[in-house]
Amino acid sequence: MILNPIRALGKYSQLLYHAFGALPEFGTYRVNLWQQMMRIGIDSLPIVMLAAAFSGAVTTVQTAYQLVSPLIPRSIIGSIVVPSMILELGAVVTGFILAGRVGARIAAELGTMRVTEQIDALEAMGLNSIGYLIVPRVLAGIVMFPVLYVAASFVGIGGGMLVGHFGGFVPIGEFLEGAREFFQPFDPVFGLIKSLVFGFTITSISCFKGYNTSGGAEGVGRSTTQAAVASCVFLLLADLVLAATLL
Amino acid sequence: MISVRNINKSFDGRQVLFDVNLDIQEGHTQAIIGRSGSGKSVLMKHIIGLMQPDSGHITVDGIDINIIPYAELRKVRRNFGVLFQGGALFDSMDAFENVAFPLRTFTSKSESEVRAEVMECLGMVELPDVGKKMPSELSGGMQKRVALARAVALKPRYILYDEPTSGLDPETSNTIDELIKSLADQLNVTSIVVTHDMHSVLNIADRAAFIHEGRMHWTGTIEDLHASDDKVLRRFVKANEYQIGV
Repeated sequence: MILNPIRALGKYSQLLYHAFGALPEFGTYRVNLWQQMMRIGIDSLPIVMLAAAFSGAVTTVQTAYQLVSPLIPRSIIGSIVVPSMILELGAVVTGFILAGRVGARIAAELGTMRVTEQIDALEAMGLNSIGYLIVPRVLAGIVMFPVLYVAASFVGIGGGMLVGHFGGFVPIGEFLEGAREFFQPFDPVFGLIKSLVFGFTITSISCFKGYNTSGGAEGVGRSTTQAAVASCVFLLLADLVLAATLL
Repeated sequence: MISVRNINKSFDGRQVLFDVNLDIQEGHTQAIIGRSGSGKSVLMKHIIGLMQPDSGHITVDGIDINIIPYAELRKVRRNFGVLFQGGALFDSMDAFENVAFPLRTFTSKSESEVRAEVMECLGMVELPDVGKKMPSELSGGMQKRVALARAVALKPRYILYDEPTSGLDPETSNTIDELIKSLADQLNVTSIVVTHDMHSVLNIADRAAFIHEGRMHWTGTIEDLHASDDKVLRRFVKANEYQIGV
């Protein structure tokens, strides 16, 4: 019971070790990287932007609801919503969406390839299956997650600003004034660092779960669920560790 | 030549191969036969280094594949073509792309040369017109034939067949058997066929090795197989409803 997580951690570390070992052969696998960047990044953009817009809008409405007082300037809404999006929501909302959408897809894809012997077929040809399948997915996650984070942050702030303005909570000018007043240059840097870590965490865990699938269709289902759940759990853990160490 | 020496293998404490020995001669078609779960496919995966034995060694052309680094093992594997039980075609690629995949990955051939070779390989398996079809659009037998075309694309010296006729109707099984025979002749390859289909074995193999309960129970030529009075072997052969003569 206690040994299982330790064994899993050992196998996960081994997989990462082999993935890094395959980096010098990257030329062979680079075509796969573009495909994965499209699938992980571009294809996820609409749902990430939708979720971010609503997160920003809801944060504005709730902040306005909690700060109904003539003593508090309305611009405070901007100074709460903007850092919230940059520091937390932009990365975490994107992370949860990718854990479900991308993590589950990666695990299902690799799991199906494992149980139908497609991974064995790659190895039997003399190809490094970890280099071919895992390295491009993890790299695509690391590259595209920050892009999605930036898009999510902008759209979330935009959504909050528009709802604040048209909902009568705070005019755009005051919202931006509040945002500028409390802006810290390190906030977006922290968000970008977080998004890099999240991109690595989600893709590497999902690849690990999918690559080590066994047990046919049931096994693929199990790996897919475990990939999504484990990605979310480790994403929250990484969120806390990064906040505690970098802020 | 491939030599299997004293291979032992266990999974979760359950031993599936016991001290297995086998020599596979150059240019021959070697069948590895036995009941389901007897350890034949596990042995095949050891031969290509997809599994590591608990003890024992496998040498391919004098190279011990169990002690060489992974990069060297991958070079050895390029001498093999493998037909997996379910075909193992890449389902994100059409039939043409599947056959072209090893050519594009491991050779520096131009696109027109790749195209010509893919068409030649698909022609060898008598499926010249399925290039644009996805694996899901092909029947089981057609998938195996396309997988066979992919397996021979790099002109391997050894071809491994894992249950090539399982799940196929008798007519398609015969077609696959004929293809295995003709590829062995055309490409002058060493073939290793893992199967429990005695009809196939009698049709295509020069030699047979019978694994029973994880142990190498019997080896010999097909003529020896006909003449054998080994009770376990004869029971297995008779269960396949074929008279092999005495």
